[in-house]
Amino acid sequence: MRLEVDITGKAFKNAAGDTQDVLAPIKLSLVSGEVGVLVGPSGCGKSTMLRIILGLDPDFEGAVVRPPDARIGMVFQEPRLLPWRSVEQNVRLAAPDASDAKLAELFKILELEAHRSHFPGELSLGLARRVALARAFAVEPDILVLDEPLASLDDALAARLREEIATLVASRPVLTLLVTHSLDDAVRLGDRLFFLSPRPARILAEVPITVPRAARGDAEIAAIKAGLARRTQGAHAARDVS
Amino acid sequence: MLRLLSFALFLAIWWIAALFVGGAKLPSPPAVLNVMLAEAASGALFLHLGATLARVILAFVLAMSLGSAIGYLMGRNRLADRLGDPWLILLLNLPALVVIVLAYIWAGLTEAAAIAAIAINKLPTAVVTLREGTRALDSALDEMATVFAIPRWRAFRHVVLPQLAPYIAAAARSGLSLVWKIVLVAELLGRPNGVGFEIGVAFQLFDTPRLLAYSLTFAAVVLVIETALVQPFEARATRWRPRAA
Repeated sequence: MRLEVDITGKAFKNAAGDTQDVLAPIKLSLVSGEVGVLVGPSGCGKSTMLRIILGLDPDFEGAVVRPPDARIGMVFQEPRLLPWRSVEQNVRLAAPDASDAKLAELFKILELEAHRSHFPGELSLGLARRVALARAFAVEPDILVLDEPLASLDDALAARLREEIATLVASRPVLTLLVTHSLDDAVRLGDRLFFLSPRPARILAEVPITVPRAARGDAEIAAIKAGLARRTQGAHAARDVS
Repeated sequence: MLRLLSFALFLAIWWIAALFVGGAKLPSPPAVLNVMLAEAASGALFLHLGATLARVILAFVLAMSLGSAIGYLMGRNRLADRLGDPWLILLLNLPALVVIVLAYIWAGLTEAAAIAAIAINKLPTAVVTLREGTRALDSALDEMATVFAIPRWRAFRHVVLPQLAPYIAAAARSGLSLVWKIVLVAELLGRPNGVGFEIGVAFQLFDTPRLLAYSLTFAAVVLVIETALVQPFEARATRWRPRAA
């Protein structure tokens, strides 16, 4: 399984009729088992890029190649659950083939067992995000897309959910694309980081992380971050000179 | 309990008014009840009630299903919306009487003409309501269904239909009252039975008790349909919403 993204441009027409470039040429590719992370400032066009990659927005220049039968699991920025269906029904609707045992295991990992029959309106945001994660994993995706899945959660909960994502990603071969503006999330979860510029987004740097995910303790994370800081400062310095 | 009290108040006002106005113009509740019982005993009440109810149901189902489908299409598809809009405005503003008379002239004094005319009167309001509902659909949920490759029919049933349910209930509620009002006109003008026909007869004889007996009985039937069918449907469709205080 391989994802090839070769976007040569994307522009929006705003209400006044002016065209605005949202994406500059962007080229990246990922294979199964890899976690690619898009890191960039808010509003730089990350979500637009995701929509193009997912095939929700056909109006762009360039090409996105992914196997047509690839199953996609997605966690949207806002959970996007059906308010009129229970937690379990929400998950089953997306993943009708998931076995009871598989669902039970997922609900256990994400600590949702007590909430199976609740409606999304009765859940906190943290719980709703976990349901969205359960739904994305229940489809046993070939491609997993996470759009800021941990945004606006408190640190402790975010850290736990990040562990759970890492566990789930490690449990089966899946091509993962994570969008975040948190360097911490990126360094802890990613295999390859793509740093994006402000709008119109282009890739400033592509940084592979070679330390295996399981072996990244606090010391390793700090070292990787320090390395990144040196690189980005270098990039700033280079830009200042030019 | 409160509903019963409110109904009792209505009866009391009626009774008092009847005492002041006099039995010829406004008969008292017992006088109307007597006529009801007599008509029921002869079987005429059920015959006419049944005929009217059958027309209401047929026209209502026809208008609701066709109107919902057209409204959904117009809400989803810009071309359909622009093509259909002038027709919609024309139909919305066409008086019921004109439609009924034309239907009888063109198709004869037949059952089909009556039901078609009634359905045409209800159709545009169902279209408008469902079009609004379709325009208000959450595109974020549509995207979710697309990304997860949920098959079209399942997505329609689980993602789209629950969002349309309040609009369907609203269209059904206003539709039921509209249809039964128009049915009486259609019956008065060109049907040999039904509540409307009986009211026509009562009008010619200035027989107010008979007029009230038939119209109130049918109003009661509509009330039962509303409480037994429309309200439970609405309650079921909105049970996921947090309760208002």
